[in-house]
Amino acid sequence: MSKVSSRRKLITTGLATAAGASGLAVAARLADRYGLIPPDHGGIYGVGQTLTYASQRILTSHHSMAREFNRGDISKVCPVNGDPPEDETYQRLLAGGFTDWRLKVEGLVARPSSFSLDDLKRFPSRSHITHQACEEGWSFIAECTGVPLSYVLNLVGVLPQAKYVFFFSFGPKQKWGSLDMSDAWHPQTLLAYGMNGQELSTPHGAPVRVRVPRQLGFKSIKYLSRIIVTDTVKNFGKGLGSSSPEHGFSWYGGI
Amino acid sequence: MAASAYVPGLASRTSDILDTPRHSAALRITHWINTLSFFALLVSGFAILLAHPRFYWGEAGGMGTPSILDLPLPFMKGGPSGWGRNLHFLSAWVCILNGLLYALSGILSQHFRKQLLPGKADLTWGSISREVSNHLRFKRPGVETSFAYNPLQRLTYLVVIFVLFPLVIWTGFAMSPAIVSVFPALVTVLGGQESARTVHFFVADFLVLFLVVHIIMVCLAGFKSRVRTMITGQITARKDRT
Repeated sequence: MSKVSSRRKLITTGLATAAGASGLAVAARLADRYGLIPPDHGGIYGVGQTLTYASQRILTSHHSMAREFNRGDISKVCPVNGDPPEDETYQRLLAGGFTDWRLKVEGLVARPSSFSLDDLKRFPSRSHITHQACEEGWSFIAECTGVPLSYVLNLVGVLPQAKYVFFFSFGPKQKWGSLDMSDAWHPQTLLAYGMNGQELSTPHGAPVRVRVPRQLGFKSIKYLSRIIVTDTVKNFGKGLGSSSPEHGFSWYGGI
Repeated sequence: MAASAYVPGLASRTSDILDTPRHSAALRITHWINTLSFFALLVSGFAILLAHPRFYWGEAGGMGTPSILDLPLPFMKGGPSGWGRNLHFLSAWVCILNGLLYALSGILSQHFRKQLLPGKADLTWGSISREVSNHLRFKRPGVETSFAYNPLQRLTYLVVIFVLFPLVIWTGFAMSPAIVSVFPALVTVLGGQESARTVHFFVADFLVLFLVVHIIMVCLAGFKSRVRTMITGQITARKDRT
């Protein structure tokens, strides 16, 4: 190889590397600005999570709806994972038919509120028959009835800087998780209190669970006790956005 | 570099053939990246499978509903599916991006048209059945196979590249609730989400079958020399044989 061509090659490679590096830096900044970086973006697996989350966020919109089915498609068996909270408070509320249960909604909201089950049932309801898949591989189709989360968010007045909505269930071993605003405002995202025409059963998350049909089942947190609207994931657990990444799973469940 | 190769009987042809590498750099690099990502996908796919080694047909299925296949494997709930999924989706990205690069370079360099598309004469029953019988008798591939793929190889590679890989990626996407919210047909034409999972598993099995045969054939043809060719691009004569 001649000196000139090797020098040319070196310059081209150098320029390409510089362009690539600055391109990546710009991409990272843009991605952050447009909310395309998931809380669990760290580490080698974070690369995959970020690519998946960012591309699916670009692909999906407020108008892309999870598929809805007919009554006849509803599964006869709807399996569950995990047990109801053994927590004393939860057991007491369960025994009392959840009449004393309150859902606290706080954080970056204009009017922090607390709703009873009857309050939620008085709000306009929506039902959808959707597919719910567990990350393990099994699935069922069920009708969920509840109040759209967006209705409750409008009611409490979400502040403009909000970026996440956190959900907490009962007990010391409680599951918790969060949605970005895109899925939080999505018309199919429900605070569900009914399933297949009945009250939400205890194994399925009574009295109220989240239903996020555009994500896997583990994102639909059961046994809700509290909702916090925030602009950061830092103050919760290890700062990964939900309890699932702390057990080796992803924060985003759109797969 | 051509000096390192000496293939009797082909000497007159080899001098010009050997000046160009057997496999282009793009092909070699994407081949080994694909090897890595496929291995990671395989291990992680198995890890995910262990969470629920049972398959269904249609939209939904789970414990208490009829299955179409129960694998003799333990149900490892809360087991390896966490890291399995992380590794699976990371390596799927590598596999897809690398595959796109490979496809692009294969089209631009006319690799698919020149090296993989079989000629009309090769597509006769006679020529294909001869190849099949050679393979079934584990006949050692001849020297000429160092320079060009036989019709059976061509057809197999084409099926792997243009049928199995696209199908395994498609069925993977069909399991994503977010992606099918945008493209519902991805899953409905397959008959449902659980069908997509089942097809994904079987296509992956065919890919593993291809891998096993591929490795056996590489061994029969001379493992060291073929692997060296896939790394350096150069064909080296197999002195042990000639």
